[in-house]
Amino acid sequence: MIEVDGLNYEVAGTAILHQVGLALEPGGITALIGPNGAGKSSLLHCMAGLNRPVAGRVRIDGLDPFTAPGEERARAVALLQQSPVVVSRLKVRDLVAFGRWPHHRGRSGARDAALVEAALAAFSLQGLAERPLETLSGGQRQRAFIAMTYAQDTPWMLLDEPLNALDPRHARDLMARLHGLTRGSGRSIVIVLHDINAAAGWADRIVAMKDGRVVAHDASAALLTSQMLADVFDTPFEVLSHRGRAVVVAR
Amino acid sequence: MAERHLPLLALALCALSAAFLGWHLRAPFGFILELRATKLAALICVGAATGAATILFQTVAMNRLLTPGIVGFDALFVLLQTLLVVALGGVGTAQIPGAWRFVLEAVFLMAAATALFGLLLRRDASDVTRMILTGVVLGVLLRGLASMVQRMMDPSEFAVVQQAMFASFGRVDGGPLAAATGLLAAALLAALRLAPALDVAGLGRGAARALGLDHDRVVLVSLMLVAAMISVSTALVGPITFLGLLAASLARHLTDSHRHAVLIPAAALIGALILVTGQFLFERLMGSQSALAVVVEFFGGLLFLGLVLRRGRQ
Repeated sequence: MIEVDGLNYEVAGTAILHQVGLALEPGGITALIGPNGAGKSSLLHCMAGLNRPVAGRVRIDGLDPFTAPGEERARAVALLQQSPVVVSRLKVRDLVAFGRWPHHRGRSGARDAALVEAALAAFSLQGLAERPLETLSGGQRQRAFIAMTYAQDTPWMLLDEPLNALDPRHARDLMARLHGLTRGSGRSIVIVLHDINAAAGWADRIVAMKDGRVVAHDASAALLTSQMLADVFDTPFEVLSHRGRAVVVAR
Repeated sequence: MAERHLPLLALALCALSAAFLGWHLRAPFGFILELRATKLAALICVGAATGAATILFQTVAMNRLLTPGIVGFDALFVLLQTLLVVALGGVGTAQIPGAWRFVLEAVFLMAAATALFGLLLRRDASDVTRMILTGVVLGVLLRGLASMVQRMMDPSEFAVVQQAMFASFGRVDGGPLAAATGLLAAALLAALRLAPALDVAGLGRGAARALGLDHDRVVLVSLMLVAAMISVSTALVGPITFLGLLAASLARHLTDSHRHAVLIPAAALIGALILVTGQFLFERLMGSQSALAVVVEFFGGLLFLGLVLRRGRQ
């Protein structure tokens, strides 16, 4: 489980996160929602051990990501950042293979190769495996990067706005795959989403953030109320019910 | 795949080296062979070091148009030469034993590079761009200082400085060469050991750190290796700005690989090949000796322009 306690994080003297406390049970998809600048990405980076907080503690299945050696940390938690660098001439298979780095540190073996193939298959990338990254569409590229994160074979996957620049079909397809991963291979996924309906439709839990604080944290269905959304986003919402699913409409 | 190019490149370098040594060999064999072998070793050393250092620098800087020369190594070298002549006079400078001069120059350049890389990156290795820009600005400042001092010099003493301003392979001594070869070989081996980590560093600081790589340490070690390789080769023959760009671009193009275990040796071999081929053509076939550096700079500069323009269009 991921435990966050009394977390304060600053950038150049400006406080970004205030006293954030959170406990995420393993399993399922947890969606982080909130307006721009709420501190969702910062919290994700703190959980992954990449942003060092000024106070507070983070534990990932008991591991302190700030004191653990880099490769040990990267075997416990994988993070996909927003708009990753596209290295030219890098083939999809080679990109996905980088996910194995924390395990082999440059000397990959048969098990690593097998897991890379499994990751390619899990995201339907076999046909694109030999293609250079720069020749892929935005959706395919995003899938390749998530496959790399998957190949890292960590209990926790943290994804920072992976639906950015995806059309509705690819966004749905990706959420369905991620949902499948949490059911099939027992991964736990924490995902930053701007599409509240994607959160409503696919997430098991929702964490709502505003101004560097966690303001609500509950199972998706219970948490999504028009009052809560209006408070978090400072804009009126209506929560409808359609075929047993919550549908959020901005008023 | 990409690895198959390496034996071919190595073979080509061997063949050219043999031609360089054996072409029109006349008595006294021993003397001429020794002369040629010294020159050949210098060419290979400088070419290999410059090529490999450029790959490292480009990866760390996340930019394939850069060469380590951009941070002002050549300017510092020229300033050093100018100050030496001012302090000791043209005759005095010429009288410094070659070995001492090499050690002095190499240590000075290395110290300056370490100061630039180390001081600027110690606080925050995430900001390689700022380090490079600082280097560029420092380079302009040093070049300005050097030309100001040169304006105040005696013309005959200026001629001594001018000689040192362009790379020359004719003035290499055996003593410094052996030391340089050892240093460069060690740096190359260290770079090869770092190759898998450099592959990961190429994904960018964020992704590399997420994969558990100590990115800042890899950047610092790489820049130290670059500083060592460029300092030693500059002290050995003088400044060559665009050779590295030429070698690194050709290596990337030819091997079509992102793996540094392939790119580093390929760029090293290509760098050496360019210099040996060029020197062979100029010295043996065309009879004009001193223009190699100029021609390499010319083609390197053209390639640089081409790369910039092509990138602009994309």
